[in-house]
Amino acid sequence: MNKKLYVARSPRIAARKLGEEMLVMSAQGSTLFTLNPTATILWQAADGVTALDEIVERRICPEFAVQPEEAKRDAQSLAEELAKHGILLVSEEPIANPSPAFQEQR
Amino acid sequence: MSLMEEIGERAHRLAVPFSAQLDLTYRCNEDCVHCYLDHQDHGEMTTAEIKQLLKEMADAGVFFLTLSGGEIFLRKDFFEILECARALTFCIKLKTNAVLIREAQAARLRDLGVESIQISIYSHRPEVHDAITKISGSLQRSIKAIRFLRSQGLKVIMANVLMTENMHDYRDTHRLAEELGAEYTLDPTVTPMMNGDRGVLNLNVGETDLHRVFRDESLVGDAAEFCAPPRPLGEDNMDSTPCSAGHTACYISPYGEFYPCVQFPLSCGNVRQQSFIDIWRNSEQLNEVRSIRLRDLSSCSQCAHGGSCTRCPGLAFLEGNMRGPSTADCERSFARTGIPSANLLSQKEKTSSARLVQIQLVPAITGNRLSEVGNAASAVAS
Repeated sequence: MNKKLYVARSPRIAARKLGEEMLVMSAQGSTLFTLNPTATILWQAADGVTALDEIVERRICPEFAVQPEEAKRDAQSLAEELAKHGILLVSEEPIANPSPAFQEQR
Repeated sequence: MSLMEEIGERAHRLAVPFSAQLDLTYRCNEDCVHCYLDHQDHGEMTTAEIKQLLKEMADAGVFFLTLSGGEIFLRKDFFEILECARALTFCIKLKTNAVLIREAQAARLRDLGVESIQISIYSHRPEVHDAITKISGSLQRSIKAIRFLRSQGLKVIMANVLMTENMHDYRDTHRLAEELGAEYTLDPTVTPMMNGDRGVLNLNVGETDLHRVFRDESLVGDAAEFCAPPRPLGEDNMDSTPCSAGHTACYISPYGEFYPCVQFPLSCGNVRQQSFIDIWRNSEQLNEVRSIRLRDLSSCSQCAHGGSCTRCPGLAFLEGNMRGPSTADCERSFARTGIPSANLLSQKEKTSSARLVQIQLVPAITGNRLSEVGNAASAVAS
């Protein structure tokens, strides 16, 4: 990963934790997704100001015992995939929170 | 099994109230002939009370939240409530007549990421729709609103209720929905008022018309499949629960009353006196609803339609017994398949014997009234 990437939760999604799984529904096409544990951590940590690398190092690596470089590559593809579905916003600049109220996640 | 079914099952297993309807007001700017509500304000929850409730609902796991009424846009704090609900990341569906939605409101709904907006439209003809809503110009305004919402890319569902007043318009109304880029649903059942008054049931269409509607492939898809002979309940299904009401779904009135479903007015508590989760977990009434298994349903468990019926426990409750049959659903099953349910057969027996008794005891009854009784009986039997 050459450039720093920032990720933020899209303000147009609905989300709730059901048991151990995070459910996310994108208003774009009313599509429902279930996030696996890695994607859930990434999504919950996506505050727009913490760089993706940092999220991986601090939140994902300790949880899953993976090598940082491999985890960063996987996290970037995951972030891009989630962005395609309108679940995450991805940018090379910090993202001003689209809706401050979305800080609180369940 | 679809992802949604899987999630529903998981929510059921975890006893999570995954979907809820919250009516923000019973006040309305229309006065529909078939409406089941009393439109007076008897003390609606305040903005602060609703915000607190929304927080409790999110904590309890509610994901799908329907905001309905009455007419939701009559609440001056509607957008404040909606913003709070979206900040809590609910998936929001709105039910409205849309009369008060203009360009600015449509844009705001889009910005807030509302999942869909269901709008009541009863006919493509103003003279029919406006006669049902009793508001002149209401169809024109609702259609204008649908255009605003669609221009924002929002999902709109046009909801029609089939009744004697609009029986002949449902196809053209469907075409109107297609022209506007809206989805279309048609509900063939007028339900009793929440206070138990059954007078509005006179608006339900007759069995012959219902029979025809259920064979209209533009509505039901494959009519042969939709109207296929019923399936009785298998022994392996006897321990299933009748529907999601009280299991993964619930309803809150504008006054904070907690019911298993909007169509099931069994009060289980009030969120002004108890927390949402306390009622959900501990209400005696909810636990009684949850204890009911298909094998406990007095006539339905033995009925030929048991395996394919859409029996509504709320309508059964309104008929007097939450473990009993819902005659409206029996009539629908009959119109679909031509096979009477156990409940209809039993009612027919009672009606026949009642008629004989009536003839014996009231010999002076007019011919006209006798023919009414006869028609009622034959409608059940035919």
